[in-house]
Amino acid sequence: MTDLWPQIEPLLARVSKPARYIGMEGGAQQPQHAPDKVAWLLAYPDTYEIGLPNQGLQILYEIINERSDGVAERTYAPWHDLEALLRERSIPLFSVDTHRAASDFDLIGFNLSAELTYTNLINMVDLAGVPVRSADRRADHPLIAAGGHCTYNPEPIADFLDIVVLGDGEEVVAEITEVVGAWKRGARSDGDREIVLRELAAVSGVYVPSLYRPVYSGFDFMGLEPVSGGVPDLVEKRTIADLADFPYPKSQLVPLTEVVHDRLNVEVFRGCTRGCRFCQAGMITRPVRERPAEQVRSMVADGLRRTGYDEVSLTSLSTADYSGIESLVSDIVGASGDGPAITVALPSLRVDAFGVGIATQLQHGRRAGLTFAPEAGTWRMRQVINKLIREEDLYTAVEAAFANGWRRVKLYFLTGLPTETDEDTLGIAELARNCVEIGRKYAKSPSVTVSVGGFVPKPFTPFQWFGQNTIEELQRKINLLRDATRRMHGVQVKWHDPKATLVEGIMSRGDRRVGDVLETVWRNGGTFQEWNERFDLDLWLSAMAEHELDPDWFTHRHRTVDEALPWDHLSAGLHKDFLWQDWRDALAEVGLPDCRWTPCYDCGACTGYSIEHIVASATPPAGGSQGTGQDLSSSWVPVDLRSSTGVPV
Amino acid sequence: MRIRIRYRKLGKVRFTSHRDVARCWERAFRTSGLPIASTEGFSPRPKMHFGLALSTSHESLGEYLDLDLRDPESAEVDLEQLPIELSSHLPDGIDIDAVAVIDRSEPSLQESVTSCIWQIEVPGVTAEELVTAVARVLSASTLPVVRERKGRPVSDDLRPGIVHLEVLDAISTEESSVGAMLHAELATQPRSVRPSELMAAFDPPLEEGRVRRIHQFITDNGATREPLPPGAPSMVLTSVSAT
Repeated sequence: MTDLWPQIEPLLARVSKPARYIGMEGGAQQPQHAPDKVAWLLAYPDTYEIGLPNQGLQILYEIINERSDGVAERTYAPWHDLEALLRERSIPLFSVDTHRAASDFDLIGFNLSAELTYTNLINMVDLAGVPVRSADRRADHPLIAAGGHCTYNPEPIADFLDIVVLGDGEEVVAEITEVVGAWKRGARSDGDREIVLRELAAVSGVYVPSLYRPVYSGFDFMGLEPVSGGVPDLVEKRTIADLADFPYPKSQLVPLTEVVHDRLNVEVFRGCTRGCRFCQAGMITRPVRERPAEQVRSMVADGLRRTGYDEVSLTSLSTADYSGIESLVSDIVGASGDGPAITVALPSLRVDAFGVGIATQLQHGRRAGLTFAPEAGTWRMRQVINKLIREEDLYTAVEAAFANGWRRVKLYFLTGLPTETDEDTLGIAELARNCVEIGRKYAKSPSVTVSVGGFVPKPFTPFQWFGQNTIEELQRKINLLRDATRRMHGVQVKWHDPKATLVEGIMSRGDRRVGDVLETVWRNGGTFQEWNERFDLDLWLSAMAEHELDPDWFTHRHRTVDEALPWDHLSAGLHKDFLWQDWRDALAEVGLPDCRWTPCYDCGACTGYSIEHIVASATPPAGGSQGTGQDLSSSWVPVDLRSSTGVPV
Repeated sequence: MRIRIRYRKLGKVRFTSHRDVARCWERAFRTSGLPIASTEGFSPRPKMHFGLALSTSHESLGEYLDLDLRDPESAEVDLEQLPIELSSHLPDGIDIDAVAVIDRSEPSLQESVTSCIWQIEVPGVTAEELVTAVARVLSASTLPVVRERKGRPVSDDLRPGIVHLEVLDAISTEESSVGAMLHAELATQPRSVRPSELMAAFDPPLEEGRVRRIHQFITDNGATREPLPPGAPSMVLTSVSAT
């Protein structure tokens, strides 16, 4: 192996934030390499600050290092200042743990969470000294793997990946390690690469793009077919049945320098069945699997003691839905006793008084801001997207927030949703104005920030057939909203750049032809495209034109029921006819209840894998199965709406 | 009870910023259970008072930090064991080597430290060349520099802040096989002279290799002492190698 530290060290005094390249985090593993061990380099295709907190990578980092036949280290995308110095001196991409060259590893496994990071992945493979296209790699090159939510349509980046892993990684990472280990111990030759890829394709949850080829008719995509026999027609995602079996990370990394989500994170459940139709995460991670409260409590207590953090986030897609959330939270807050005060954070707050009640219990001290996500401006629009929050729910929540001392409220919305009219867009302004009005009863200058993101239809959601709004249309709606709120005192509007939304759309539902565009954009310097100051739409449009691909065809066109989709050979468990029915229900403005507390409508996620929801309580939390029809008298809600002093109650 | 801690920052950890190190200390107080006093108010912070900030990527043999311990629990703290015990909660490369109780009336580190001693690797010059360059700087009556303050250029004279300069050795550095080691005492009052400013003041400007703060001094009525009160273990200046 090569320890690159002596070569890297002199460069670090010349780059921004050098601490992101030194490793040394609290809780870092001591990787022990050995010739018979499979060495994984776990990679996040963005900066250290964004990538380090990624829980998926931290879980795999521990699981692999616990194995006697595996060892894992980590790497992140070097910022362009260091990249330039590395390239100038021909120093390859390195791990942050022991500063070992990336090409010394058997696998480089990327977490893919955002489409705009794809060019960073290609760049990191290139920096590792590995050919960027899988077809050009030889036996002694590392296998390039990817997991994470974006892999539910890996086709745009398929030509650059050797293997793609669908779903939960906790179990499948062991099976991959075993297959690669057996291959490594045998004699490698160039023909072997295909042999090991074929063996990996036999592992459930593993998709090997090179073993499938796309079929086109004219310009139309007709599907993917196996290149030869022996590989599955349909690759299923992996799902762990019980989160309690995987209390990871056991020793969360504590970085020496500041990162996003810089706190202890404890995952309280995985999966969500609220059924928001725009939400890919909620669709692909079903069913709901709660971690037992006792395990959560001990992970929080151990984690705080070990890390020295004074803040813990209880993570999931909708933490207020955890059964027994109230007692869990009061236990955690109570357990700190006379010791230092612990702040408990919930990443997403439900839009009702119940959610605010929990927040009231959590946030001691200063109450800066609370965030809600009504997602759409009118009840009609919210029925279409199945986010069944009534205006009263939002107003009750906002009133509770202001009454309990919060002064700033942030509201998240999507624009460019199916069937959206200007009335729906202006509804956002109306909601914001009413929220400020409510705030005036409690505060002199209440503030409501409206944050608007352009909607990108995602694979394996009911909206996968929907034609995304154009840049012009999104911008028109944003302008409409901006004009409508211009004179509203206390309302600020922020928005995501619609140009970036277009590129996300191309990658979200593109097919393999889009890979050429990625390579061209990368070759023209288009890395860190998820960073505003680096994003360049012209790079993307000129690459699309160069490869004779039409952005309209990929993004703005409605798909038909019989059209082959680039991810039809993959399965998240969801029946395609369930999704199609849900799409029709959306257009008919019909809502769908949360199946945790109502009868099964057979989406396929449980039945297909013979697993079930693991929910400790059979009764829905206060607020009902969708946050509607709340009966605040029937259940304890820790909110006193009469309090106007801002003093916690 | 107020204590003053002296610690080192050596090796890879030198790439963390002053702010990063402050956060490491805060976490170390929590994981070690040291009874540190907190500020009052909505968001209590531990009562710690840093001395002069050390630039990111510079090493140090002499960093100082004042801490207020909570009474009466402070009586239980074993100050002899504290360096070893608390260092085990800090990142590799940050090690406490001495601690002493100080009076609360003692002026803060930022107010009282008057100069620092630095060892600066200078790549690309021979020891002889550096000796000549140093003599030129020392013989200059003024060394004007312009720096930006609140968006406006302000002119300053560095010369009074350069207390002592000396060429130690010929060395080879990470960047170049030819180099020399510069020993510099730079004032921190009335305004602090940074090693990078010193290097820029040479004509032609010199490159800065590895930089290490060796000492901090308080000069008071003509007497010079280190910030720890007499009786505290003195600094070990030799046999410290970076990892």
